[in-house]
Amino acid sequence: MVKKKVFEILSQVFDPEIPVVNIVELGIIKEVICENNSIEIKISPTYSGCPAMNIIEDDIKFQLQKNGFENIVVTKVFSNWTTELLSNETKEKLKSYGIAPPNRINAIEINNEKKIFCPKCNSSKTNLKSKYGSTACKSFYYCENCLEMFEYFKET
Amino acid sequence: MFEKKIEENLFQLLVQIADDKLILGHRLSEWCGHAPILEEDIALANIALDNIGQANSLYQIAVKLENKNRSEDELAFFRDEREFRNIQIVELPKGDFAFTIVRQFLYDNFSFLLFQKFCDSNFIELSDVSKKIVKEISYNLRHSKEWILRLGIGTEESKFNTQKAIDKIWEFTNEMFEFGNVENFLIEKNIIPNLDTIKTDWELSVKKIFDNTNLQIPNISYFASGGRNGFHTEYLGYLLAEMQIVARSNPNVKW
Ligand SMILES: [Zn+2]
Repeated sequence: MVKKKVFEILSQVFDPEIPVVNIVELGIIKEVICENNSIEIKISPTYSGCPAMNIIEDDIKFQLQKNGFENIVVTKVFSNWTTELLSNETKEKLKSYGIAPPNRINAIEINNEKKIFCPKCNSSKTNLKSKYGSTACKSFYYCENCLEMFEYFKET
Repeated sequence: MFEKKIEENLFQLLVQIADDKLILGHRLSEWCGHAPILEEDIALANIALDNIGQANSLYQIAVKLENKNRSEDELAFFRDEREFRNIQIVELPKGDFAFTIVRQFLYDNFSFLLFQKFCDSNFIELSDVSKKIVKEISYNLRHSKEWILRLGIGTEESKFNTQKAIDKIWEFTNEMFEFGNVENFLIEKNIIPNLDTIKTDWELSVKKIFDNTNLQIPNISYFASGGRNGFHTEYLGYLLAEMQIVARSNPNVKW
């Protein structure tokens, strides 16, 4: 019961770098332990160097306290994280926000490359412009159909 | 979980590798705003962040093992030069773009092979974190590999500068395959891999890429050593001064 409530509250916490996806959907909550009036939340960053972790930690504490919880411990664990944890619904949210969602890791490759679809016009005529982007989880693509740059959430 | 002796050795090992990543991450961050093109500026800053994040995760395991209530930040910001255990290759000044790329390529190759093996370590916390780290390294390795090919096949100038960087850096490569005095003990317990195997694999993969270019491995017999025992080049002290000054000036500030 308590756990369910905690997860509902955690769904109100968003990754500041991708403000349409909450941290439960993003798959970074590894474990929630509720014991005698105290709660421990284990979170794992998407990438080791994710600079948003401290903000997320503060937000978790803030939201839980606002809802009457006390004795909250947030522990960072650096465990494996994969974009396979993202549901189709979450991927749709990314897409409507303008970020091309990650391919499945075993997606079919054509000429050694996986097709990346433009989130605005769905064209597959896209080119990689920069392997690195504004955050560790994204890279930059250019769409030859609508002539727009867009970000791709890298599959990992 | 492990006996005391193993824990002490593991602590040393984790600090060594974390120090490599922290110092290299700092060197890479010096490119921020200075890289030759915008995409590269973003790339080097991202790779810097990866390395610093990986260092953080390894320090975290180390301080837990040590169990002396030290934090990751204390290891990073409140140790002096002689207490750092990084290899010297990572502390060398960033140099020109060719130098930075050559160093990344040689180090990424090593780091990739090492963390691939760490994924099978008997020490669960290390194998767990390595599964995450190895994916990040493989992405960065692809980047430095592409650049070596581009620079090594490119113009006369790019070939000249890249070869010059290789010649300068090569004497610092042997240190990658030294883990001070911790290695034998931990290899026996299947906690870390045999570094001789990694060295052979490393030489093969470096040679494979160089063979696609006109770049040559220099034939030298002198190799630098000492970083794992706290002996460094003159450059580390200056780097630490810059990296640690804020934390040391305000030791009790909560960030
Ligand atoms: Zn488009």
